[in-house]
Amino acid sequence: MSNGQSRFHVPAPPFRPGDAPDFSHLDLQKAGEAKRPDPLTAPAKMTDLAMGLIGVLDHNHQAVGEWDPRLSPEVLREGLSHMVLTRIYDARMLKLQRQGKMSFYMKSLGEEAVAVAAAMALEKSDMVFPSYRQQGILFARGRNIVDMMCHCISNSRDNLKGRQLPVHYTWAEGNFFSISGNLGTQFPQAVGYAMACAYKGEDTIAASWIGDGTTAAPDFHAAMTLASTYRAPVILNVVNNQWAISTYEGIAKGDSPTFASKGLGYGLASLRVDGNDFLAVYAATKWAADRARKGGGATFIELFTYRADAHSTSDDPSRYRPKNEFEVWPLGDPIERLKNHLIGFGEWDEERHEKLEEQMTALVVKSYKEAESHGTLHDGPLSPTHTIFEDVYATEDWRLRRQRQDLGV
Amino acid sequence: MPAMNMLQALNSAMDVLLDKHPETVIFGEDSGYFGGVFGATQGLQKKYGLDRVFDAPINEAAIAAMAIGMAAKGLKPIAEIQFADYIFPAFDQIISEMSRLRYRSAGQFVSPVVVRSPWGGGIRGGQTHSMSPEAFFTHIPGVKVAVPSNPYDAKGMLIAASEGDDPVIFFEPKRIYNGPFDGVPDAPLSSWAKHPKGEVPEGHYRVELGKAEIVREGEACTVVTYGTLVHVAVNAAEKAGIDAEIIDLKTLAPYDIETIVASVNKTGRVVVAHEAPRTSGFGAELAAQIQEECFYALEAPVFRLTGWDTPYPHAHEWAYFPGQARFIRALQTVTEAR
Repeated sequence: MSNGQSRFHVPAPPFRPGDAPDFSHLDLQKAGEAKRPDPLTAPAKMTDLAMGLIGVLDHNHQAVGEWDPRLSPEVLREGLSHMVLTRIYDARMLKLQRQGKMSFYMKSLGEEAVAVAAAMALEKSDMVFPSYRQQGILFARGRNIVDMMCHCISNSRDNLKGRQLPVHYTWAEGNFFSISGNLGTQFPQAVGYAMACAYKGEDTIAASWIGDGTTAAPDFHAAMTLASTYRAPVILNVVNNQWAISTYEGIAKGDSPTFASKGLGYGLASLRVDGNDFLAVYAATKWAADRARKGGGATFIELFTYRADAHSTSDDPSRYRPKNEFEVWPLGDPIERLKNHLIGFGEWDEERHEKLEEQMTALVVKSYKEAESHGTLHDGPLSPTHTIFEDVYATEDWRLRRQRQDLGV
Repeated sequence: MPAMNMLQALNSAMDVLLDKHPETVIFGEDSGYFGGVFGATQGLQKKYGLDRVFDAPINEAAIAAMAIGMAAKGLKPIAEIQFADYIFPAFDQIISEMSRLRYRSAGQFVSPVVVRSPWGGGIRGGQTHSMSPEAFFTHIPGVKVAVPSNPYDAKGMLIAASEGDDPVIFFEPKRIYNGPFDGVPDAPLSSWAKHPKGEVPEGHYRVELGKAEIVREGEACTVVTYGTLVHVAVNAAEKAGIDAEIIDLKTLAPYDIETIVASVNKTGRVVVAHEAPRTSGFGAELAAQIQEECFYALEAPVFRLTGWDTPYPHAHEWAYFPGQARFIRALQTVTEAR
């Protein structure tokens, strides 16, 4: 017998193209309000941090509250510089993709602080297991830009021998793990890596990033279970940029109050952080790294942000969301916020900012010229063809030898 | 030399590896304190400690991913998947990650993980404890696939797998853990103690992957098989009085093509045999390769003796399993073909 009261339910985002977006429904905790407990506090004693929002920069661009990492102006300018470079690099690469110079591209517009601040808060020896939108880590860790570009245009100097889509970087020397492209697979791998660090008695930790949509994937549950069970020294980050290609966050989140709250059931220290606040991301990552290095185990961090551009060069966001959402996004632009913070206490000005942008643009333009001198995907030279048979196994077996010979290379 | 069954030999291999290599760690569902549902890791946690041999949560993807991450940091994990039938939740981590990490990073990161898993039927396991999913894995560039058929090989191959530089899917024919099987379900169990390959050295030795072994020399036809069916084949040849040459393939990826081709060129007749379903089974690869390389030596069509294209049935297990009677018919068919 049915009482007819159950309802089939499919959630939908509040705004679609043509709607006027209004985020006043978001109940966001004010910067400076969240308490900063000792990093070794038991997760059950700080569950409020998963429900609120850790923020440092307030509406007047002042650093406020217990989470202020009290960074020197030099460090803040360095962070600003990495973020500006990331944005200019992304914009240039997108343009080059539109000109047919590479097959594909993914920008990190609006999410620069998520990657740059975290990378600066970690030690360079810590292994990062990123997804495809944390290129800011590479700039913060000082990777050669020409090398990055050579990868993206799959030329003869691509350190991945032309095997990966653009943006799917690997840089072992910089402790930057191989980006998969299959979503979320790196999350539990990072936990295994962190466990191995602990097994070896090292202070090194691991950190990984996935998007909000990937919290629905089985590997998310795998990672969270492993991280909790083995108290691994790992930081598991969810970049909640509101959109998984065209699918809004609610499809993965369901009726969970926040993504960070998903960590509570696993018994993990769980923080929800303003991802557009450089200082907050830095402070939260530092806190989590400190907890991991001191034996407190894993931390789960939701970085609340907004994907300001398309998912990739293969989609057009104006077909599924209002065009001006980012303009009215209540947490602003991470670069503008840090810039205004520095200006606010006399350590930066518009003129210096413009000069920085010019310098970075010049660097990117010059680097691309050099990268292109090593070839492009369309015109070559590429990695030699025989390299497609390399690195499948440690040594080539008869099957690959014969197939290589069949191809005549 | 001590007599060991396959479980004791595998246990001895892991004992040797744990003792010799501080980077060896072993984990899986029930693999720690309890020592595994078949007992392969029994006593190892007690001997080497909780850090080195431990229980994993029931999440095969997590087990595989944890192993990949550990291997990327220089450990040598041996992960147990409780039954080969349970390996599919780990499939993405194996096919998209473990197998390709060396390739997609151009050698900057590697994941030399061994995934051990009890495999095959003949123990009344029904459809979820009997599968032989090797063909899914031989189709993946970047992983090796090994299937030992006796205690001596099981130990030497597991040591070679773990000391190697590539990921290895290591399938263990559970029907013959405790003794060889001639393919007659009601016959009394025989013991490894009476089998020459049941004599297993205590210490370190390797049986390198990629090499097959001719376990019975013969002229009338060639049988290419692996795992439990190696013993079924030997007994069927003896019983039928057919002078078959029987090749225990041992490693499926990469398989030992030279040994196969030399034998088929000699006999001109061949049976390829496995328990897994027929369509797209590993026998299809063997048959195709044999016809490419030995076409003019063949005097009969390549015979595929396999499980059926059905799930592994419970009550009718012995109608599915390629046992002695079906093996004898296969040998007769290829040797009598004119």
